[in-house]
Amino acid sequence: MTGFQFSPWNLLLLVPLLILVTPLFNFDKPRLFGMPFFYWFQLAFVVVGVVCVGVVYVMTKKVGVASGPDRLSVDDLDEGNVK
Amino acid sequence: MTNQILAAPAPGAGLQWTELIVFGVLFLLVTVLGFFAAKWKTGASLDHLDEWGLGGRKFGSWITWFLLGGDLYTAYTFVAVPALVFGAGAIGFYALPYTILVYPIVLLPALRMWSVSRVRGFVTPADFVRARFGSPTLALLIAITGIVATMPYIALQLVGLESVLRTMGLNGSGIVGHLPLLIAFVILAVYTYQSGLRAPALIAFVKDILIYLVILAAIIYLPAKLGGWSHIFDQAAAKLATPNPATGKPAGSIVLGSNNQLQYITLALGSALALFLYPHSLTSVLASRGRSVIKRNMVALPAYSFLLGLLALLGYVAISAGVKPITNAATGKPDTNTVIPVLFDLQFPAWFAGIAFAAIGIGALVPAAIMSIAAANLWTRNIYKEYLKKDATPKQEAKQAKLASLIVKFGAVAFILFIDPQFSIDLQLIGGVLILQTLPAVAISLYTRWFHRWGLIAGWIVGMGWGLIMLYGIGNPANGKKHFGGSALPLGDLSILGWHPFSGSLLQIYPGFVALIANIVVGVVVTVIARRMKVFNGTDDTNPEDYHADEHDKDLRAIGVH
Repeated sequence: MTGFQFSPWNLLLLVPLLILVTPLFNFDKPRLFGMPFFYWFQLAFVVVGVVCVGVVYVMTKKVGVASGPDRLSVDDLDEGNVK
Repeated sequence: MTNQILAAPAPGAGLQWTELIVFGVLFLLVTVLGFFAAKWKTGASLDHLDEWGLGGRKFGSWITWFLLGGDLYTAYTFVAVPALVFGAGAIGFYALPYTILVYPIVLLPALRMWSVSRVRGFVTPADFVRARFGSPTLALLIAITGIVATMPYIALQLVGLESVLRTMGLNGSGIVGHLPLLIAFVILAVYTYQSGLRAPALIAFVKDILIYLVILAAIIYLPAKLGGWSHIFDQAAAKLATPNPATGKPAGSIVLGSNNQLQYITLALGSALALFLYPHSLTSVLASRGRSVIKRNMVALPAYSFLLGLLALLGYVAISAGVKPITNAATGKPDTNTVIPVLFDLQFPAWFAGIAFAAIGIGALVPAAIMSIAAANLWTRNIYKEYLKKDATPKQEAKQAKLASLIVKFGAVAFILFIDPQFSIDLQLIGGVLILQTLPAVAISLYTRWFHRWGLIAGWIVGMGWGLIMLYGIGNPANGKKHFGGSALPLGDLSILGWHPFSGSLLQIYPGFVALIANIVVGVVVTVIARRMKVFNGTDDTNPEDYHADEHDKDLRAIGVH
């Protein structure tokens, strides 16, 4: 495992940057529970952030696991500390 | 409404015994925990920075979540963000997009930083820079920036703590007025000295549970009591639209205006980029056990962001409830940071207000402890060991860091005692701009050594200098301040050596962001020149595979060995 590793899933991390486009949500109406759009949209966007980072976490879990032939010896496996 | 306010004793006037007792009991509980922490999950010995300064580098997902939550979402944040919304409206809500953005941005670099630090035994960001570029000078600049940016941040935690103490009636003048604060801080200093990072990690559990409890209750109970969100927002909009007598302009509005959208965006993005450059954020990241712990936390930490967003709205609730900030008896000025404590004091029964104040008070202790540890680590590793005692053993390092943590804390207390608290607030504003200037050296160089070390140093100097000049030039007509009046720079005032590229524009921007762009541009130019002239760029002590190491790797460096 060396150098720069990149998974296309990482591109999902760019989606939350949409919260920087203020003209998308800088409105009072429609209100939700009496809360202006500006506020409830951004509160709801917390979920978007969580989902994006969560998907990247789950989908890149496997990256870095050796894909070559298994060279562990029986003794190594017996140690019980090999992941 | 008015009757209610008249019926309750005026906040800050007399001693609120019920609140004080509840606060005292909870404070006592965390004190016991703080001392007990020394024995919690102990390693071989606390006489090593891995143990004292990073809790043994073995915190799992839960502990890290509480620790980072306690570290990033500080008492000052909980007090100041609603106070900003109270005073200026929608712009104060930038704290929410800021904390939404920070985790997707930081996830990948934080993992690389953790891995390389784990392999090489780095304790501070400056340790990394030193090894990456073989440059103690660049590391010194990073360390000094970190310490200078952290000190006022610690002082601000005291501002948060003092705002609740004063609301509970401990609002004396002079040194006596600061005595309760001093006592609380001596206790904190002693158990941090003894237990290191384990103390804030354990206390953070209490702090965060209390904070969640209080804010959820407040956010459900208060709007119902005050006539619903719709009513609250309408009242706030009307109040914010009233022209300020000093400036003749409205104080703010409940949505962004045409001139402060760029300010909102750059403030959110700039703050998000800066957050994990602060040494105390990195301390909590490096204390975790492995990469998966950090990844899980980046998914789960936005729970606090949600909370912060709701809390910010309490600023409007305070407007609607007719809250008046308490006048600080030590300075004689109204302190807007008291609006949330006053709101709780007026609207909740005394016992619950006591819990809320304890949550804010303990919320000040956790980050103050982590920040002082982070600053002490910087001092020890990058100044003491680098320049004063090159052959320091790990035991001497730990001793030095413990002492430094005491000095840092009492330095912060001195700030509050002898200097107007406003000065700490100014300095914290400056600190955010300064720490952002370490981004090329600390974050970009995690990926590439393309930048030349002299380019990084030149960029740092320009970013720092220009950032300070811009902040110095911003006045605030609303409170008569001529300098360091805020973080909104009108683009029309932007001057590049006397040239005004956006002359006449009223759009506002965050100066830290402008300084960072200048920093990077200068860094690129000097790098290109240095490469042309074939100036030596130092040796890189890290290997490419270091940046991917994880907790179960073989041959991983042992922790806390002498």
